Amino acid sequence: MNKWFRSGSPWIWLSAGGVSISLISVLGLLWLIASRGLSYFWPSELYQFDLTDQHGAKSVVIGEVYDREQIPVSQLAHLNLALDPEQEILERLLIKTGNRELVSLDFRWLLSHNIKKTQTPKELAVVERRTNGNFYGFIESVVVDGNEVDKNKLPELLTRVDNFQDQIDDLQKSDIGAINYQLERLRLKTRKYQLQDKLTTELQVEIDSEIAALNQDYAILEKELMGYREQISRDHIVMRAMDGQLVTINFEYILKVTFNNQLNTLEKTALFFSHIGSFLIEDPREANTEGGVFPAIFGTVLMVLLMTVIVSPFGVIAAIYLHEYAGKNAFTKLLRIAVINLAGVPSIVYGVFGLGFFVYMVGGSLDQLFYSENLPSPTFGTPGVLWSALTLAILTLPVVIVSTEEGLSRIPSEMRYGSLALGATKAETLWRIILPIASPAIMTGIILAIARAAGEVAPLMLVGVVKMAPNLPLDGNFPFLHLDRKFMHLGFHIYDVGFQSPNVEAARPLVFATALLLVSIIVALNMTAVSIRNKLRERYKMLEH
Amino acid sequence: MATLISSNRSRGIKNSLAKWLITLGGISVLFTLVLIFMYLLYVVKPIFESAKIEQAVNINIDSTSNEKVLGSGVDELKELAYQITAAGNIDFYHLKASDPKADNQFTVGDNSLSTSLFVSDDFNEEQVIKVVNSFSQNKLLHTTKGKTLLIQPSFYATYANDTREIIPQVNYPLGQESLIIDEQQIPLSQLAFAIDDERIVFVGFTEDKRLIKTSFIAEDDFSSSNGDDVGYETIFQQIEIFDDVIDGNIDEIKVTPDLSLAFIRSASTVYVYSLNDDEEVSLKATIRPILDNENTYLTSMGLLSGSSSVLLGDSSGRVSQWFEVATDDGRQFKQIRSFKADNDQASSDNVEYDNKSQLSNAITAIYTEQYRKSFYTMTRSGMVNAFYTTSAAHLWQGQLTSTQPETFAIAPRANGLIVIVNDPLDVHKKSLQVFSVHNEHPEVTWQALWQEVWYEGYPEPDYVWQSTSGSDDFEGKFSLVPISFGTIKAALYAMLFAVPIALTAAIYTAYFMTPGLRKKVKPTIEMMEALPTVILGFLAGLWLAPIMEEYLPAIFLLFIFLPLATLITAFSWHKLPNQLKEKLPETLAPILLIPVIILATYVAFSLSPVLEDSLFNGDMRQYLTNDLGIDFDQRNALVVGIAMGFAVIPTIFSMAEDAIFSVPGHLTSGSLALGATQWQTLIGVVLLTASPGIFSAIMMGLGRAVGETMIVLMATGNTPILDWSIFQGMRTLAANIAVEMPESEVGSSHYRILFLAAFVLFIFTFIFNTAAEFVRQRLREKYSSM
Repeated sequence: MNKWFRSGSPWIWLSAGGVSISLISVLGLLWLIASRGLSYFWPSELYQFDLTDQHGAKSVVIGEVYDREQIPVSQLAHLNLALDPEQEILERLLIKTGNRELVSLDFRWLLSHNIKKTQTPKELAVVERRTNGNFYGFIESVVVDGNEVDKNKLPELLTRVDNFQDQIDDLQKSDIGAINYQLERLRLKTRKYQLQDKLTTELQVEIDSEIAALNQDYAILEKELMGYREQISRDHIVMRAMDGQLVTINFEYILKVTFNNQLNTLEKTALFFSHIGSFLIEDPREANTEGGVFPAIFGTVLMVLLMTVIVSPFGVIAAIYLHEYAGKNAFTKLLRIAVINLAGVPSIVYGVFGLGFFVYMVGGSLDQLFYSENLPSPTFGTPGVLWSALTLAILTLPVVIVSTEEGLSRIPSEMRYGSLALGATKAETLWRIILPIASPAIMTGIILAIARAAGEVAPLMLVGVVKMAPNLPLDGNFPFLHLDRKFMHLGFHIYDVGFQSPNVEAARPLVFATALLLVSIIVALNMTAVSIRNKLRERYKMLEH
Repeated sequence: MATLISSNRSRGIKNSLAKWLITLGGISVLFTLVLIFMYLLYVVKPIFESAKIEQAVNINIDSTSNEKVLGSGVDELKELAYQITAAGNIDFYHLKASDPKADNQFTVGDNSLSTSLFVSDDFNEEQVIKVVNSFSQNKLLHTTKGKTLLIQPSFYATYANDTREIIPQVNYPLGQESLIIDEQQIPLSQLAFAIDDERIVFVGFTEDKRLIKTSFIAEDDFSSSNGDDVGYETIFQQIEIFDDVIDGNIDEIKVTPDLSLAFIRSASTVYVYSLNDDEEVSLKATIRPILDNENTYLTSMGLLSGSSSVLLGDSSGRVSQWFEVATDDGRQFKQIRSFKADNDQASSDNVEYDNKSQLSNAITAIYTEQYRKSFYTMTRSGMVNAFYTTSAAHLWQGQLTSTQPETFAIAPRANGLIVIVNDPLDVHKKSLQVFSVHNEHPEVTWQALWQEVWYEGYPEPDYVWQSTSGSDDFEGKFSLVPISFGTIKAALYAMLFAVPIALTAAIYTAYFMTPGLRKKVKPTIEMMEALPTVILGFLAGLWLAPIMEEYLPAIFLLFIFLPLATLITAFSWHKLPNQLKEKLPETLAPILLIPVIILATYVAFSLSPVLEDSLFNGDMRQYLTNDLGIDFDQRNALVVGIAMGFAVIPTIFSMAEDAIFSVPGHLTSGSLALGATQWQTLIGVVLLTASPGIFSAIMMGLGRAVGETMIVLMATGNTPILDWSIFQGMRTLAANIAVEMPESEVGSSHYRILFLAAFVLFIFTFIFNTAAEFVRQRLREKYSSM
């Protein structure tokens, strides 16, 4: 034993333990996010529990099983349950009961001890709604225009409402949105002329006539909209909730009706993918706690693209300078320290700098110069997508520099000398020989920068991200790309829904799903970057021999 | 040939152009860092600048009548100043433009507008003897015959001819007739009042030495009426004067703006009366300050904004601040701090004791600002001192005028002073002088940020960070100590967790692992670095924290179980027959240990309820709070330590692994050849050589932990407390910025202090990173020379 200790073997094993713990935590974390995130999309079994509590009162609970927990009996002593004295552990179930209009909390804990009977009735339906969350219950009747019809007509009626809903969305978003945007522009135009003292009566008349035309269009569209609204609110269904109450749900509010207990695995899988699909392309509902995350995906992608456009040239040029031009002197050392420090400065400091310098100083001056008609409401003097992209560009600059420089340093010097010896200038050597060979390294740097930017939240909270952006920064209204707009971001969405929403318990699965999305994007980006880098290394190794 | 030359030339130009461009791009990196540094400094700098007071306007007033001026003031924008004279006139002076504007209500003088305030016949040919100020814009005029009038000079802006113009106006909130304050209508030698929407309370001292309190109680609302017919009920009360009041004389009266207290000074004693009860006035406390020596006595009194502090000035030039403090014997007035201008020229010049020079330092008046806790003192010699109470800052000292001014007033936004002074050479000449005051951040001093400060209402000096609150007269409390402490606490717990795991993992991966396995393991662990911290924070706050709360004993068990399980596995592997050993070589240890560790964790968690039952009466959390008296937050330092530890592990791991891996092979071969075991070589040679690299890895990790925002934001309660307890949360500099920055007003002290917090973080990480980088560069040179 003593000898074993002296050999150092136990310490080696202990240090191996460090590796194991690190591996377990990385893989465990990914597994946790993946399993929780994916289970959000899986249509779960719907249960009906017949309960008798310790006082003998009977009740029925319908819902999805959300969580199971083992608790020691001693913690439940105050409930005076009539238990088997031998029993030490009791099971407790967290049930999502939905039906927010009937009960104040849409979650409920049940003691397995109180459950007398558990069933999974085939007719049990879950109705996804636009407001008030899910409804669990039995469909009593389907009413079309006041007349009860056969329940089989439900899918057909839902498709009809869906079509109308699409048309309403189209009208509201593109047509009416465009008119409002035009009206706002005209208002600003008038104000601009006023400020410049150029507002003549002719101009005024012209603008007024434009406004009148727009208002007329608006009236027509509004009428059309009202027509569709009437159509979709024509029909309703009557549902029976777990306590026997009958609830009328208008088709206007229904998104989807599913009978989870009737589905086979194949159908469930289909539903699973359709859930993922709608999560990716739909807008959020109910203060972000339901629906999809499309605007957040869009905002993240747009911001990251803008950032890439800004950071790539700067990062590459700086790396080229450091590796190809800079001499071995104190200044170069200083520059390297600057790069390391840029990488090490906490991201929130960039946020503070971005807010003060970009938003208030640069943005404020831009407003004074070019958007004075809009003041005092700021255009660029407020957090927005452009400032976020700029701030993150500074933040990710060292990532691009380090990666590009690594690529440059792997290129054998013979290639440079060869080119120079053949009479090419240094610039030509760079442009024709070095950069093409280094391009995968540059690519790696850019991908890593994108991955870093996509996951960064803290600075964005100061320079442009919001919980709910009414308009995307890119739309059909001139000039199409609105750099001054605020945007939504996946990372911030996680923080906001997970910590700032009123009903954290209900929102948690959605947060896991969003986290899964973000993690998969970032892990995929990183893996791509790493594999490009590895391939590159192999190639250089071949060049050297 | 010619084309070749010209193309060569253009190539040369392109080449040097490229060179310049690339150099510029390289330098821009340094420029960016310097820009960030300079910009942060630029925003922070104003809070440490001292106050500046400069003369802005000087208007000579021809006062042939040699009339006394009793009051003065200015509008919010400092465009119109006014004075109230003994004859009951109010004169307005334009401070900006030189041409006076006519208004129906006012007779036009030279560059001024003048009107009599006495509209009613009540005041026939009377002289004003007193103008009493309040914290609002209301002023009370008191005449020789004991008549009283409440006025409110006000200003409104018009936009005639596209230029903004400020028009003065005098309101009479209680009508233009004289008010009856003393039932017997005897003139008052001292008078103070305060007003709110429902009540006005006057406290006065009559010439026949009665102390009286009079309340007007509005029938509906004083603020809604414009003065014409205000209905109110009057309650007259007499306050008993104590026997120990010398000659029954009262020197000064102040009423707090919330109408709750009256401070009555008689010589060097201050009596505090409670006014809350309309029926009865009761003595609440008596303040007898301890003075320097028997020749010192109190000379003036002032009320600080916010209704809780009273300032007492004495004949030696000292001002003391008093407020109520909760003690064991109930609430008591206590002297909190005192202020004295440092360089008292008069007393230092005269070594001999000189009564006269001491008197020249005596404080004749204390003027307090309306919204902030600043005040100005005036000494007998006309010296003005400005102080800020909470930060105990002496802001300014100087002589505004050669003699004591007749009146002294602070502009509503505290950005100016209005002084009316007699010309010492010519009694008929007066001047109205306006001084601009640059003093935006008096509450911030280096001491106030880093030392204990005694805030109003607190039982003792304390480090407090509390930047905002619901109420209007709230004073921001900006101590960076609790949040800096929180930063260090969070970083420390994270390092305690991360360093052992990261270093052991780095050692094993770099030194013992087979290349094939290393190729897979290293990127996997480094993948963790790419994980967004918002996800780690979310998991820590919503997943880990509840689990840890429920299975608290398991977490502590793990600290024993994991090493133990590892050692047992190691020992049993050691005892394995050689055949099996060959099949499961030691190099697979990390893989072999994975199921062991998972099993150990499972056992720890399933033992947790049992342990809680037997050791902690069923609930460790309750046991901690009730039996041990340790507060427990669900989101505590332990959660942050683990979550942030995970964020830091890859940083430390990756750099430390690089440092160990690149230790030249001949060193280890040499050591092994001399008969050292693997472990001895590792300790004696490899780690020793790589130690600077390991040090720089830890530095980098620390830098990351200090600046991490999202994890701390989500995994702690963000309460700025000073407590090392592992079961309590904290608030860090970074999280504090993220929480408060979006709500802070641009340019305010709060905004600048948040920038200071960012600057502190910047400097902190700059030092760590630069040190780490230096060490690494040295190490690289060392390796390459070997």
